[in-house]
Amino acid sequence: MAATADTVERVKKISVETYKYGFETEIEMDRIPKGLNEDIVRMISAKKDEPEWLLQWRLEAYRRWTQMEEPDWAKVSFPKIDYNDYYYYAAPKSMGDKPKSLDEVDPKLLDTYKRLGIPLDEQERLAGVAVDAVFDSVSVATTFKHKLEEVGVIFMPISEAVAKHPELVRKYLGTVVPTTDNYFAALNSAVFTDGSFVYVPKGVRCPMELSTYFRINAQETGQFERTLIVCDDDAYVSYLEGCTAPMRDENQLHAAVVELVAMDNSEIKYSTVQNWYPGDENGKGGIYNFVTKRAQCRGVNSKVSWTQVETGSAVTWKYPSCILQGDGSQGEFYSIAITNNLQQADTGTKMVHVGKNTRSRIISKGISAGRSDQTYRGLVKMLPNAKNARNFTQCDSLLIGDRCGAHTVPYIEVANPSAAVEHEATTSKVSDDQLFYCRQRGMNEEKALALIVNGFVKEVLQELPMEFAVEAQALVEISLEGSVG
Amino acid sequence: MLSIQNLHAQIEEDGKEILKGLTLEINPGEVHAIMGPNGAGKSTLGNVLAGKDGYVITEGSVFYKGQDLLALEVEERAHAGLFLAFQYPVEIPGVQMLNFLRTCTNETRAARGLPELSGMDFLKLARAKAAELKINPDMLKRSVNSGFSGGEKKRAEVLQMALLDPQFAVLDETDSGLDIDALRIVAEGVNALRDDKRSFLVITHYQRLLDYIKPDHVHVLADGKIVRSGGPELAMELEERGYVDYEKAA
Repeated sequence: MAATADTVERVKKISVETYKYGFETEIEMDRIPKGLNEDIVRMISAKKDEPEWLLQWRLEAYRRWTQMEEPDWAKVSFPKIDYNDYYYYAAPKSMGDKPKSLDEVDPKLLDTYKRLGIPLDEQERLAGVAVDAVFDSVSVATTFKHKLEEVGVIFMPISEAVAKHPELVRKYLGTVVPTTDNYFAALNSAVFTDGSFVYVPKGVRCPMELSTYFRINAQETGQFERTLIVCDDDAYVSYLEGCTAPMRDENQLHAAVVELVAMDNSEIKYSTVQNWYPGDENGKGGIYNFVTKRAQCRGVNSKVSWTQVETGSAVTWKYPSCILQGDGSQGEFYSIAITNNLQQADTGTKMVHVGKNTRSRIISKGISAGRSDQTYRGLVKMLPNAKNARNFTQCDSLLIGDRCGAHTVPYIEVANPSAAVEHEATTSKVSDDQLFYCRQRGMNEEKALALIVNGFVKEVLQELPMEFAVEAQALVEISLEGSVG
Repeated sequence: MLSIQNLHAQIEEDGKEILKGLTLEINPGEVHAIMGPNGAGKSTLGNVLAGKDGYVITEGSVFYKGQDLLALEVEERAHAGLFLAFQYPVEIPGVQMLNFLRTCTNETRAARGLPELSGMDFLKLARAKAAELKINPDMLKRSVNSGFSGGEKKRAEVLQMALLDPQFAVLDETDSGLDIDALRIVAEGVNALRDDKRSFLVITHYQRLLDYIKPDHVHVLADGKIVRSGGPELAMELEERGYVDYEKAA
């Protein structure tokens, strides 16, 4: 409609706040040579002073990876990635001596996190949130470590955990996402650099939110983090990850693996606010985000919730999943995915019901604007023993303008007659009438759009820890600036 | 207050002319009714005054309190005190009425240089206005117009009008789809807002709304022009004779 086109043109002229996390930190980096081969894998392992078993584990993953094919079933397209054209390890030189405390950390690094709104100084940090800050390939600081140790919670960079708690890491690493699970998981297993490790012992309710903040800074560098969270019997933890990167013209690679293990009656709440650089309005640059996230509800009545707010990245390929093994276990997936300009996202979840009386709930809210394309891809699988298993899925898509796309691809496999699966899906469009109505009542176009979109995603925002819900809401608004149609 | 001179407006998409030289003067405190057959351009007039996209003004002018109304953006017109009660209020799922109204009120206050109202203060104000208008305050907790009955939607429009405190309100077929009880409640709400400064333009097809909202002036709009003006007695005449004469004229 002419009116819509006119609106789009008019709004384009409104100054668009550019990606505000796009600055670069100038810092001397220690890098290993570009490219990927067995020597590189050995070098990464050596940089991390890893035990022999982990090196072998990596090498095995690398060998398997070389025999695998990059998946092509997702509804995304991008030029072929030359995996030899990336650096697989980059760390600030000043981190070479492993600073013992925050006082010894390079002020440039502390300043970077401060500018990102993540002050690592414990005095300034939001009370009740512990942060592990990962800069390219290394963790630069973890706050509140000692306070957590008092209650027995282990929260540290995974490279440190390999040295300090090898028995725990070895027991769980790769048990939820095997090294050969998929192409990107195999790649990650071979070259992962840092990430967080969390262990919450039996009966402990983690007294604060745990959070990891990932920052890709160095040029032509991939980030391959690995996170492992284990919640023992009757324990509880809430964990949040955030991510940003500088604006660069070339695409950067991010292939993470996250494994969650929930034992009897335990609960893990995992929230993500993903705001990797999405590329410019012509689709130049941005992060390729290929992530494998999976939770195993091993124990009876265990529970895992994934909540994600995905606004960044040029290409997203991500399906946080739950294997509901323990009887009575529960999996939840709450997602807001926003694509603007030329972003592409193929995201969703997998709920695999193995045990009896298992329940899962999927609420997915996709918003497409600009010329972006978005796909919800979800699998609900009820295995033969999943007696009385229940699933509820709701997938809503909201379109802004008339040049974007939204697709819903649900897969449902039921092998137990007592299982019940419910699926609801809607697609709607922010209409000119809605915008006119809001403006007639005194709102400008941007405000009106933010209000309409917030109404659409509210159900999911409510699932985020309170400290981050406000931030996420602001992010939703910024991501859609200049996209009214 | 409002001065419309020789206004010509066409639909952008197909160039069809709807308003063909409409002239109308409204003074502060006056209530004008515009009546006319279907397709005469009644709703177009309301939309053009509010600044809806999709129309092209080819000739004429509209001055509102001495300002060139047509040069203002939709929200600027609202800030200047123009309110349009919609014939078909728009649904906005998931957005709580209270939050919607507070955002509207604070945006308007900001534009007028007034301080923002806190959530608490606004809630008190909204509840008080709802009580004055005999509107169930539970409406404030629901999503904007979502699942509202026809009567509820129109009552919500009157509540919004009361909160935004406009100087000039256009009521576009506010009576359509209402039963007689709902009509009375809505009309009482409008009457409660009448004073010697605020003006109303009541657009309607039927005379019955004017039994409740007594106009000072009645105009007949046919084929894009005001073809006759008079006092309340004109509405009575239309009720008896219908629009037959005017349809022929068109």
